[in-house]
Amino acid sequence: MSNNVATRRSWLWFLWTPLNAVQRAWAGVAGVVVFLVCLQVLPLTGAVDPKHTPPLSEVISALVSRLATPQFWEALLNTLTTWGIGLGISVAIGVVAGLLIGGIPVVREFTASTIEFLRPIPSVAFIPLAVLLYGTGRDATLLLIIYAAVWQMLIQVSYGAQDVDPVARDTARSYRFPKGFTLINVVVPTVLPYAVTGFRLSASVALILAITGELIIGTPGLGKLIVIAQESGAVASMYALVLVTGFLGLAVNVIVRMMERRVLHWHASVRREGMK
Amino acid sequence: MSATELVRTARMKRDSGIGKQVRKVLAVVALPIVLIVTWWFSSAGSQNFFFPPLEQIVTAFQPTWFTGAIETEVLPSVWRLLGGYLVAGVIGIGLGALLGSSPVLRAFTEPALEFLRAIPPTVMIPILILFLGIGAEMRVVVIAIGALWPILLNTIEGVRAIDEVLRDTARVYRLTPMMRFSTLILRGASPQIVTGARQGLSVAIILMVISEMFAAQDGIGFTIIRFQKSYAMPEMWSGILLLGVLGIVLSLIFKLFESISLKWYFGLRQSQRGGN
Amino acid sequence: MTISDSVSVQSPDVLLQVRGLRKTYEVRNDPIEAIRRLTFDIHAGDLVCIVGPSGAGKTTLLRSLAGLLTPSGGSAKLDGEEIVEPPKGMAVVFQEYARSLFPWLTIAQNVALPLKAQGVDRATRAEKTAKALEAVGLADVAKRYPWQLSGGMQQRVALARAVAYEPRILLMDEPFAAVDAQTRADLEDLVRNLWHRLGLTVLFVTHDIDESIYLGQRVLVLSNRPTEILDDIAINLPDERDQLTTRNEPEFARLRAEVYERVQQAKAGRRPGDAA
Repeated sequence: MSNNVATRRSWLWFLWTPLNAVQRAWAGVAGVVVFLVCLQVLPLTGAVDPKHTPPLSEVISALVSRLATPQFWEALLNTLTTWGIGLGISVAIGVVAGLLIGGIPVVREFTASTIEFLRPIPSVAFIPLAVLLYGTGRDATLLLIIYAAVWQMLIQVSYGAQDVDPVARDTARSYRFPKGFTLINVVVPTVLPYAVTGFRLSASVALILAITGELIIGTPGLGKLIVIAQESGAVASMYALVLVTGFLGLAVNVIVRMMERRVLHWHASVRREGMK
Repeated sequence: MSATELVRTARMKRDSGIGKQVRKVLAVVALPIVLIVTWWFSSAGSQNFFFPPLEQIVTAFQPTWFTGAIETEVLPSVWRLLGGYLVAGVIGIGLGALLGSSPVLRAFTEPALEFLRAIPPTVMIPILILFLGIGAEMRVVVIAIGALWPILLNTIEGVRAIDEVLRDTARVYRLTPMMRFSTLILRGASPQIVTGARQGLSVAIILMVISEMFAAQDGIGFTIIRFQKSYAMPEMWSGILLLGVLGIVLSLIFKLFESISLKWYFGLRQSQRGGN
Repeated sequence: MTISDSVSVQSPDVLLQVRGLRKTYEVRNDPIEAIRRLTFDIHAGDLVCIVGPSGAGKTTLLRSLAGLLTPSGGSAKLDGEEIVEPPKGMAVVFQEYARSLFPWLTIAQNVALPLKAQGVDRATRAEKTAKALEAVGLADVAKRYPWQLSGGMQQRVALARAVAYEPRILLMDEPFAAVDAQTRADLEDLVRNLWHRLGLTVLFVTHDIDESIYLGQRVLVLSNRPTEILDDIAINLPDERDQLTTRNEPEFARLRAEVYERVQQAKAGRRPGDAA
């Protein structure tokens, strides 16, 4: 009996033991290596159809030859530009509207239901309208990006504005701080962590919709290159471009997180992110 | 008592009872009604081809979607959406529970998962078309893959964050593996699982629409694009409206589910904030 | 010496036998000796208190006895069976009551959970749960959730859960350290009362000298880290104890002075075998 128990503990025990930082890093490297080896070996063994999934080496060589073409860099620049403009406009709208909604209780009370209704409408529903209005131009994709990305920012900023400590606000008032001073010393420090979270969410949503717009509408950029590669049967090239979009998404995440840490290094609650 | 305070007390008295109820209802319906009425009258007799009168759109709604199309286009789309979403939920929660419980597996898979998540889900569509064509399977799989990441990653986070004392309690009282999964893991991670499921749902709706717009012969997305290409404006607008309503209805159902399944969580947070 | 310990013949009524128990942690490749060597017996029906200065490794000791930690050496046996994982018939009441109750289960469900894991049928479960809640004076809150109760009441629930489990041995880890003084006195009486009525065997860990004397038949005084047993003091107070009269008895005062002196010596770094 006790023997039985002892063996049950040892069975797969290693799965549940905690790792230190070095072990974690090595496990991660091993995971990536295994992942890459699978991508290379599975198509070669025929476990998956190599016609549909070329081995990694082929995808990489397609990527290398892509990187040598000016079209690729032009497309990448286009995607980044669309993303940047869309994100910029979304952030501007989101911050202003979020401060109004979060900061003024009456506004919040009367807009809450409308926001609850508008937010779940999928922005891609507006694709046909965007195409009719702007053709395949950048503006069509911008419309999608802005409708999708504005909400994250708006809602986070309004949470932040609601969170401004009433005591701090009263203190500012009782010491007769000028309005601008109050804004910088009371409102900004409170809203900033929320705004940064909103920015991160908006940034990744904006990237997804930038590439989606290029894919569906045909706005110039990486998404459009993927469609062209698919239609011309350049399978390896298509995978290469998909990898690029993945790296782009990863880069956006990493850069925004680094910014987050820089902006909020003084803020204790950086690590504990709100639920909503 | 200062003048403003007097006003405030008076207002509080007025706000209690019936006045408060009326104000509450007004806050919910006022802005939506104003917006709809504005749309209705500003678009009435509109000569702009792209923006037909709201009256025409509403009139077109019923014959466009509720005579035949509901069974051939709308419901199949919704079933595919729910099917893909369900698959994502089962895999995401199951795998998330495993990875969340095992530090070794988590460290092993984390970097690869970070990369896969960063790929915009819509670019999976051209890839999956290679394997599955443009039929229903492709669309279900696209929805499942896209909705998987937010559910999976949030579940991992949630399972990881389950309280250690609670885990110890479950071990001490020798809960069976099934009970540990259902009572400890699933319920303990449920706040984060729900967050992931909410994100997954909006991704799933986007992918339902995009997969039908990109390549399909049926479905809501396909039908809306058909209207756009044939310049059937009121019908196209009614399609946008339908997608909006679908998004809103699904989010309302989700909210209901959330408020039931997380009743304990909201109560717990309330009691922690109230602080005894 | 260690060998003779591990093969020592067990007297028939020894329930928990601890022999040369050791625990060493690895913190960044730096071994930290938490428990050096613990040897003691607990007989069926005993109520033994373990008292020691803070940081004496009390929690580590308790977690090792509960089978939640694997000791680095020596052995702990319950009814002659080596403890390698939480054994059958062992209940634990943790200090962090709020974290050891399942917030998504009602009070009654929390108490019934371990019984369910044992396969006790529904009717018996309900009966035992009701009886246990009755015994701790919480029959009227069975349908409430833990977070709706005060701290003292939550700890009563944890106690009810342990009692309903009908354990062979009940381990308590500073269970009343986080409740106010009045509640604490009530809970101490409750523990005495339950121990008497139900014939439990209790190992009670505390840092409170008065509490250990008031509750126990025996008090084990721990040394500083690395932990050893400094003294084993018999408490010859009358079995009927009362917060007011017992604490005012000369014998209580004498014992308090004795244990206090031992704990002071422990804090000063005295080891067993040192001249007093």
